[in-house]
Amino acid sequence: MSSLAPDIQTMPTPLERPKHHYLNHNKSIASWLFTLDHKRIGLLYMVTVLAAFAIGGIFAILLRTELWAPGPLFSADKTKAWNLYNHFFTLHGAVMVFMFIIPAVPAILGNFVLPIMLGAKDVAFPRLNLLSFYIYVIGSCFLAYNLLSGVLYVIVGHPVLWGGYGLDTGWTFYTPYSTTASDSGVLLATLGAFILGFSSILTGLNFIATVHMLRPKGMTWFRMPLFIWATYATALIQVLATPVLAITLLLLVAERALRVGIFDPTIGGDPVLYQHFFWFYSHPAVYIMILPAFGVISELITTHSRRHIFGYHFIALSSIAIALLGFLVWGHHMFTSGQSPLANAIFSLITFSIAIPSAVKVFNWVATLWGSSIHLRTPMLYALFFIGLFTIGGLTGLHLGTLSTDIHLHDTYFVVAHFHYVMVGSMLFAFIGAIYHWFPKIFGRMCNDRVGQIGAVITFVGFNMTFLIQFVAGAEGMPRRYATYPDAFQIYHQISTIGAYIISLGMFITLYNWVVGLFWGPIAPANPWGGNTLEWHTASPPPYDNFSVSPEVGDPYEMQIWEPDPNGNGWVKNPEKAAAAAAASHGHGHGGAH
Amino acid sequence: MATTASDTHGHDPSPGHDAHDHAKVGHGDGHGHEAHPAHLAHHFDTPEQQFGTSKLGMWTFLATEVLMFGGLFVAYSVLRHNNPEVFLWAHKALDWKWGAIDTAILLASSYTMAWGVRAAQLNQRGLLMFMLALTFAGGLGFMGIKAIEYEAKWRHHLFPGKLNVLNVEYKGQNFKAPLTAEQIANQKEHTIDYVDSHDKPAGGEHTMPAKQESGNGESSTHGDSSAEVHTPPVAHDAPPVIASVHAELIGTPVIDPHEGTANAAKIKPPVTIPGGVKLDALEPHQGGHAIVTYGMLHTPDQKKINAFFSIYFMMTGLHGFHVLVGMGVMVWLFIRATRGEFHSEYYTPVDLGGLYWHLVDLIWIFLFPLLYLIH
Repeated sequence: MSSLAPDIQTMPTPLERPKHHYLNHNKSIASWLFTLDHKRIGLLYMVTVLAAFAIGGIFAILLRTELWAPGPLFSADKTKAWNLYNHFFTLHGAVMVFMFIIPAVPAILGNFVLPIMLGAKDVAFPRLNLLSFYIYVIGSCFLAYNLLSGVLYVIVGHPVLWGGYGLDTGWTFYTPYSTTASDSGVLLATLGAFILGFSSILTGLNFIATVHMLRPKGMTWFRMPLFIWATYATALIQVLATPVLAITLLLLVAERALRVGIFDPTIGGDPVLYQHFFWFYSHPAVYIMILPAFGVISELITTHSRRHIFGYHFIALSSIAIALLGFLVWGHHMFTSGQSPLANAIFSLITFSIAIPSAVKVFNWVATLWGSSIHLRTPMLYALFFIGLFTIGGLTGLHLGTLSTDIHLHDTYFVVAHFHYVMVGSMLFAFIGAIYHWFPKIFGRMCNDRVGQIGAVITFVGFNMTFLIQFVAGAEGMPRRYATYPDAFQIYHQISTIGAYIISLGMFITLYNWVVGLFWGPIAPANPWGGNTLEWHTASPPPYDNFSVSPEVGDPYEMQIWEPDPNGNGWVKNPEKAAAAAAASHGHGHGGAH
Repeated sequence: MATTASDTHGHDPSPGHDAHDHAKVGHGDGHGHEAHPAHLAHHFDTPEQQFGTSKLGMWTFLATEVLMFGGLFVAYSVLRHNNPEVFLWAHKALDWKWGAIDTAILLASSYTMAWGVRAAQLNQRGLLMFMLALTFAGGLGFMGIKAIEYEAKWRHHLFPGKLNVLNVEYKGQNFKAPLTAEQIANQKEHTIDYVDSHDKPAGGEHTMPAKQESGNGESSTHGDSSAEVHTPPVAHDAPPVIASVHAELIGTPVIDPHEGTANAAKIKPPVTIPGGVKLDALEPHQGGHAIVTYGMLHTPDQKKINAFFSIYFMMTGLHGFHVLVGMGVMVWLFIRATRGEFHSEYYTPVDLGGLYWHLVDLIWIFLFPLLYLIH
């Protein structure tokens, strides 16, 4: 089926929801708040992370609205309006980066899906997992409270009811503005980000231990699903890079509170040192954001095209390569900071080399799709959009990695457009596609595919309208983080703002679809899409300990053992094909009895 | 949790269900705690798997700690590279003897900790508890010495950042203001060389020790002394010619050109070495070390003493915090040991606590020479 028609339209045999599953295992509030079940923790994250996304999104709309015209909008007083604008874009960036993108796929889908994909009962350290969640909540409270009340502070002129002072430094907290000149709540915001970092570290630690130690017999490293490879590579980065952010923020706090002088040249320090520290974390951080999305796309592409992944080893190892190379390129955020030309040249060269493993992935995905049986369901639509948008985002990264062009493009809208193509056009699309893909497994219900497709297309159109024109604006010289601009640029901003509103329409449609699906969607079969990774071998929703029957470990992309259910309820295993596949895979040393 | 329905493919149930079943039925392997120990979590198949996973998790956590302190070491390198003279001078404020005692204490406590892990492995509960207590005591000793050192800094007003007394021009803190007679009298306690060679004497009533605007003050080693033999190199990025200055100064008597006048220095340095060279009074050093006094610092560097003190306080402060956390871990382990929770089959928390303590020790091993033994 390659038509746009949704898959599941009529169900001749009504499905029954499994009697006992993790959602009704224990229904008290305490069983949710103190749960050690990775599935429930994933859901807890989902609620909070989506709330963070909403907050960040609202402020994106606000800042784009301010940019509709060059003059001030939210206040007659220009200074106040521009100050408000500084708080808006800082809030948008900080909330989206620290509270949404970094946790999103690992904490929600990694927590939920990864142990089940491994045939395990839980992650390695369930209590640590719960602790990670609460650290996330506490850090988010610090950060969000300060940022949101800061907006009030700017509007009213004084802090409101124990309010914070917001943040107007940009999410990057550059010195010396953040340490000396800014009168915003840098301390509180930094502490919030510091706390959030520990959530990321502990999640990564958990996943590393899980992938190393809790794989079942027969699942060697190269028989793991690619989502796990991607999540593992992400976990490596989380564990190694985030501590550097921790010490950077700690130094920033000390600098601001005690004027220790590490970043103050008049008393012996160096402000560019801050940038080195900050980007040493924040560049690997962007790979924390995108690698899980890569893993999701590998799963979506294969499942919805009924195809074994092309180039499994290359995709698996390219995740590791990106993780490692990502630590070596932080200086490409600092080409204009005054560092030596030699350093610039080295960082530029290594930046170019990261394009290689990224491109390897894109080519392998396209090769997977070639000649396959593409089902244009909602998750697949998002995956296909990802491939196109990531290509644009990645290629424009090369513009920025080239020294000569970066001189002109640094700190312009070109940069803004580039990172939104990779963070929104790629990562967000993969995230939404992933939620649609695993929605039946998580909630045991199906979303309306038609509505999902409409939402996907609207989001795609709105996204491109918003950000494609920003490449032009940036190349023409529009600087980023500016609240006003010459009249000649207004048309770019107006197109962008309209696009932003269209994106929000798409988001509302998606949210509506999820809510409707959650409460009134048709009951989902165990395997609605026909995938072969282990989560599809158990009921939807899964039982409390994930499997009522131990799953058999085989090739995760052996789609052929599944065929459409004659009753129209998803896909079921063909016993002969499954046995044949099992016999074939036993030759690889499945191991036998423990 | 024992869901051992055989699966349709006739495979054995996944590993570990056997162990669970044994527990339910009350079988053991004969060792009592081995077959299904209370400590075996439901998602692990065997105690060995759980132990191995815990160790892997702990080593990963130690890697994050190394990365975090690594950032501070990088900051140290950058600051020292940019301000070598400041580091050469300022580290004299630290007493390397206390640092050496700290090092010995931590090394010894690592030894007792390792012994404690061994005791747990051998079911020697009493010995384990004793070793944990000794390790805790080592941490306590370390923190006690830290307290002594920090108190000395407090007394000398060598705080981090803007509160540091030597930040003469810093943000509202005005150490150029003339001292009252009472403050001078109290200053005998303080052996800080309040030097700012740009200060003009106020009203002539008194001067801050060795205050000068031009020419020599009481000490002939001031940075901007003009036309004197003892002027240290002026070029800021020239390597400080400390040794040769020192060689020049040995045997030179201390001269106060204002002796007998209204501008004569009211406070003389408490310590001199034979030959009369004024020593920086923070920490008397004798013998052949290169000596950099505050006055010898090129004037812009005199404002940059934070390059050392900020990184000193950040590094030792963060490390001290980790020692405190480690001491808390020791207490918790001790309490669990009294309850008999550790034995040869299960001593994971002791092992992991030991790993953490060793890391804290290792970090100090690097801190000590970098901060205390700068030459």
